[in-house]
Amino acid sequence: MLLTSIYVMLGLALVLGALLGIAALLFKVEGDPVVARIDAILPQTQCGQCGYPGCKPYATAIANGEADINQCPPGGDAGVHALADLLGVEYKPLNAEHGLPKPKSVAFIDEATCIGCTLCIQACPVDAILGAAKHMHTIIASECTGCELCLAPCPVDCISMVALAETPDNWKWKYPVFPIKALPVDSGKVPS
Amino acid sequence: MNTIIQFASKLIKNLATNTANDIHKFHGGVHPDGHKYESTTRPIAQLPIPQTLTLPLRQHVGYIPKLKVKVGDYVLKGEMLAEAEGTVSAAIHAPTSGTITAIEEAVIPHPSGLPDMCVTLTPDGKDQWKPLTPIDWKNTAHSELISSLRTSGIVGLGGATFPTHIKLRKDRSSAIHTLIINAAECEPYITCDDMLMRERAEEIIQGIAIAQHLLGAAKVVIGIEDNKPEATQAMAGASQSLTNAVVTTVPTLYPSGDARRLIHLLLGVEVPHHKRSTEVGIQVFNVATVLAIYRYFAFGEPSVSRIVTVTGNVTTPQNFEVLLGTPIPLLMAAAGGAKPDTTHFVMGGPMMGFDLPTLNVPVTKAANCIIAASPALFAPPPPAQPCIRCTRCADACPVNLQPQELYWFAKSDNFEKARDYNLFDCIECGCCTYVCPSNIPLVQYYRYAKSEIIALDKAQEAADLARERNDFRLARIEREKLERAQKHAERAASAKNNEAKPELAETEKTTSNPDAVEAKKAAIAAAVERAKALKLAAANIDAAKTGTDLPVQAESTPDNTLPNIAEAKPDATTSATNEAQAKADKQALIAAAIERAKAQKLAAAQTGATPKNTENLSAKVKAEIDEIEAIRTKAQQMIKSKAPD
Ligand code: SF4
Ligand code: SF4
Ligand code: SF4
Ligand code: SF4
Repeated sequence: MLLTSIYVMLGLALVLGALLGIAALLFKVEGDPVVARIDAILPQTQCGQCGYPGCKPYATAIANGEADINQCPPGGDAGVHALADLLGVEYKPLNAEHGLPKPKSVAFIDEATCIGCTLCIQACPVDAILGAAKHMHTIIASECTGCELCLAPCPVDCISMVALAETPDNWKWKYPVFPIKALPVDSGKVPS
Repeated sequence: MNTIIQFASKLIKNLATNTANDIHKFHGGVHPDGHKYESTTRPIAQLPIPQTLTLPLRQHVGYIPKLKVKVGDYVLKGEMLAEAEGTVSAAIHAPTSGTITAIEEAVIPHPSGLPDMCVTLTPDGKDQWKPLTPIDWKNTAHSELISSLRTSGIVGLGGATFPTHIKLRKDRSSAIHTLIINAAECEPYITCDDMLMRERAEEIIQGIAIAQHLLGAAKVVIGIEDNKPEATQAMAGASQSLTNAVVTTVPTLYPSGDARRLIHLLLGVEVPHHKRSTEVGIQVFNVATVLAIYRYFAFGEPSVSRIVTVTGNVTTPQNFEVLLGTPIPLLMAAAGGAKPDTTHFVMGGPMMGFDLPTLNVPVTKAANCIIAASPALFAPPPPAQPCIRCTRCADACPVNLQPQELYWFAKSDNFEKARDYNLFDCIECGCCTYVCPSNIPLVQYYRYAKSEIIALDKAQEAADLARERNDFRLARIEREKLERAQKHAERAASAKNNEAKPELAETEKTTSNPDAVEAKKAAIAAAVERAKALKLAAANIDAAKTGTDLPVQAESTPDNTLPNIAEAKPDATTSATNEAQAKADKQALIAAAIERAKAQKLAAAQTGATPKNTENLSAKVKAEIDEIEAIRTKAQQMIKSKAPD
């Protein structure tokens, strides 16, 4: 009786072990899921302000415990919160050493001044600059992440950052706030 | 006994279906005060042509149309000002004949109060139509009709402003079997559809016939709320000419005019929340929209006017047929003017509309109603209290949502949860706000959460794109590196094969790269100087003739830019605004730059002075250097010639 139960358990262990082994082979996870998940939270501005040459390297550094979670200014406070949630660590405010969050802007090339040196193209981490040698260059605004990496290399300083303006297209409804006023209220809002 | 009961119930059911139309009540809904009477006592009035018309390009859902006119153009009534661009877009037409006097940003009727691109037309008073071509819709191919409709500028006039030509396309998988005409007009105060049906039922019915033909719908159901008996009568009388059409009255219950609610009411079909009604074979049109379709096909008239209800705190509430672009103050004046205690103006209804940022905005295709609001009509809500979880909001929600949960999530910025609770199914009908005993402005929270989520989604999309492009770029750089290494290896190998001095080939390989880099650096330095000189010159020219056109563009070849600058210079120097200070600065700068470039060139020459390196320079780099050389001499000459003045 004792032996049979041992055999049964042994048999079960073998079968399940084999199953697990097969499953491990079949559903093998490519790459490091933690890095990918951290990378998914990072804003992909690829600006390098975190001290790493891009978001993926920063994600890798976080995953390896080499970097803190509060080094990405474009991600802002919300980004730090999301990272803290994901990694199960304490939230900490953004490290000002790495810069402060700025309103989203895109680069703009003064095409009259551009000498077509192609240096900015080489600096752009997302290939958002269009141009050929000695021809004026221009920014594909929809693909510019606003990383500002093209500003420094430009030898004639013809690239500037333009903050995105609010238009009816990207306008957002505001969080409801209620001014406290003495009655009678003269600018009451309709319940809508 | 059982059989008797069954028989009896069957009998009752049959009787019911035979006598009255099946009405399938939807969940929730509220009964706000209608206030419809005020504006239905007078017929629809025509407003005279105003002094100016302002036509925002953004009047519909979808892409901004492409401008086709410029300032100073004379246009006839109905001429296209902007043409639909992309799939979801609609054209804009001249509402009357006149001259385009401005194309600029102006405040549009939008809750943001932000300006947007508008075309301003100054009418000449003749109101002369362009030559109109009616379309024989019965004998024209469907695709032709649709592409023609694309140029008509007709959009959903019930307020949704979705381009109509898209709704009439036939390329969807499931055929449309039922066409529903939305004449419920459930929102309080608004009566434009009601008056339209009373006065123009015939035309509406003909429009329905066209829409039915275009969709191939077997059945037509016209749904009207039972608070509009005159309209129902008119429509029932006129609809005799339609095949297989019924006019059905639905009980007055807000929001029966919401498309999905109306479908449920009339057909008992619940459209799954992730599907469009067309996926279950139902299409819904507003009465004003089908009327516009009729006018387009029967007379060739594009969308240039609409009916607007002006009501609320005005002396004579009334419906007006107005040209699009008419300033709303004119409308107010036509309705006798707003009474003195008016506090603000609402566009759309009191439930789903929004407060106009300013009255000085034009009528757009979406403007179905303008309400002057006063504290007497719309008492300011008492301060919001905490939610007491009474779930009255859930009982009132016609979409079967859990408004109290949504409120909780929206309030705490818990957007993922809000989305999970189907925030995007919320039609912002305001029923929940209406019933909430704590006076919580629930819909405001939902609007806030929705626009935040939409913005986040957009940011996520952009981030994904950036990630993809960054990955691609890194891969490309890696690949290029490999390719270069391969090329070098090949060259080295071939050099060996040609039994040329292998050591030389080796040294060439190692030295050529830094040399090329140096040459490139020198070229860039030279170009920098050039651009600096250009910038300064440009600045000077700018200073000299402010307000005139831009300085000379840096063309593809630098050779022609310098002469241009030289030409432009007299301009700059002759003008009195040229300060000596700036000139000295400029000269110093240029001189410094030339010094620098010289030093750089020297360095480049020193490192790469061996004959095998010049051999190794590509023809392109050589040409570049020559060119820069030429420019430099030119620049020097320029400086010299400039020194005297
Ligand atoms: S700081 Fe810049 S590069 Fe670093 S993670 Fe943030 S966006 Fe990416
Ligand atoms: S770096 Fe500056 S000058 Fe060079 S191509 Fe880019 S914008 Fe033009
Ligand atoms: S009706 Fe108002 S108080 Fe009641 S549950 Fe809904 S939000 Fe809360
Ligand atoms: S506004 Fe949204 S949540 Fe409130 S009742 Fe209407 S559909 Fe439901």
